[in-house]
Amino acid sequence: MSENRPNIKKKRQPVSDRRKFILNMARGAGLAAMGGFIWSAYIDEVTASTLLLRPPGAIKEEDFLKTCIKCGLCVIACPYDTLMLAKPGDNKPLGTPYFIPRDIPCYMCPDIPCVPVCPTGALDEASVTTDGVLDINIAEMGLAVVDADSCIAFWGIQCDACYRACPILGEAITIEYEKNERTGKHAFMKPVVHSEACTGCGLCERACVTEKPAIFVLPRETAMGRAGDYYIKGWDKDDEKRLEDASEIKTTTEISNQSAMDSLNDAGDLY
Amino acid sequence: MATLWNNYRYLILRRATQVGLLVLYFGANAWGWTILMGNLSSSKVLGVIPLSDPYAALQMLAAGAVLAADLLIGVAILTLFYFLIGGRAFCSWVCPVNIITDSANFLRRRLDFDRVQGIKQPASRNIRYWVLALSLIISVVMGVTAFEFLSPISMVHRGIVFGLGFGWAAMLIIFLFDLFVLKNGWCGHICPLGGFYSILGKFSLIRVHHTQENCTLCMKCKVVCPERQVLHMIGKESLPVLMGECTNCARCIEVCDDDALGFSIRNTLKNKKTGE
Repeated sequence: MSENRPNIKKKRQPVSDRRKFILNMARGAGLAAMGGFIWSAYIDEVTASTLLLRPPGAIKEEDFLKTCIKCGLCVIACPYDTLMLAKPGDNKPLGTPYFIPRDIPCYMCPDIPCVPVCPTGALDEASVTTDGVLDINIAEMGLAVVDADSCIAFWGIQCDACYRACPILGEAITIEYEKNERTGKHAFMKPVVHSEACTGCGLCERACVTEKPAIFVLPRETAMGRAGDYYIKGWDKDDEKRLEDASEIKTTTEISNQSAMDSLNDAGDLY
Repeated sequence: MATLWNNYRYLILRRATQVGLLVLYFGANAWGWTILMGNLSSSKVLGVIPLSDPYAALQMLAAGAVLAADLLIGVAILTLFYFLIGGRAFCSWVCPVNIITDSANFLRRRLDFDRVQGIKQPASRNIRYWVLALSLIISVVMGVTAFEFLSPISMVHRGIVFGLGFGWAAMLIIFLFDLFVLKNGWCGHICPLGGFYSILGKFSLIRVHHTQENCTLCMKCKVVCPERQVLHMIGKESLPVLMGECTNCARCIEVCDDDALGFSIRNTLKNKKTGE
């Protein structure tokens, strides 16, 4: 034991400044990388929330998250206290404005006070302006969706609460009449939402009489499908024009290598 | 009463400024005042003059956002103010977190924690610059304003103005961290906004000046200073405090019974090294 001691002492030579510097830098960089990954993971998590309804004029969510400075000027400007800033615990991108229509919907003020006050352009005035005048009717905050199974109008019970509540009634929501074969003498009065007119204000969701609203607003990106360019409305002259400059896309699969007749007769690997 | 004022005048003024700003912001949201609307990230004074956090704007730039004119004007106003005049005054005169960390530090002194833990701090004060660089890198990579999504400063301030949520937890964490883990932990070591203002305010005009002839080496200033490394000249040389980390909180001036410290306007013609 005692013989070893001098050896240990020998090993404990003072570390050179150069080595110390390099080690310290490496340590700093390593810690920064570790912190960076944790930080990035956290941000990825908190910005992943896609079911948020933003104020009118909000730019694309991805750009919104980098542009919104979280100042709350839109929240202050809103006369109905519709807008809120996400707080810790809301599980939404911290500090960004959103609204919950079932609590307080957007009342679609004609002068849209929340938009011009935005200092960063995260709420884009141009996107809610027609011919130089602010126009809340072209806002695209979201899209109302009807759950036909829980909507009592679809059951045959008379209710047009959402239709009546809609600020652009007759355009964003229409009522479709249909004979109720069960009773033989009543009509279904089914609400139908039209995506080209609906602004996603949520007044319908607020008005819905069911326990949990049967009509509710979702972000348009979530609520809407996309048919793609492959389908053309042959009965629509404008839509059919797309055919004029359409180019052929040839997809070659194992089946299409054969002639059409053969591939129909021989199902190949399908069964 | 006079001694009370003499010993705490800057502390009282600072708290009045911090709380006053909070009241104005809160009033704008709650009662429709128009004196100061928004929050510390971006505000409007009297509905006209924009003010915007330059560090937040820097992150937006890094994230690839298009910066609007209003924002740039707001950033320019604050940047010029802190660059030319205020220095790192934001941290001690405006930021609400300062009240929390100062309380933790006060309790630390009262409970004599430093003697128990030893004077040497286990963490470098340069961490803030690493965090600052990291926040910009993450902003570039993730395309979001990285620090703004976890900033306890914004959480606390926004919380007080717009509703706190679990923001109180953020306050408590910082308080406990500063009290039990690291002295001046958040503001003096980690906060990248503090780091940002340390760099920005390095050349500002308002400075604390030390007069060596009056100093009796009581070291009260060093005990109370949240960035004690900036007071390296105490008792040695008559120098202004030139390091950017000084928050101009002026606690050192108040606790000095010997008139050895006071505010001065930096004389840019003077030799920076010797103060002559």
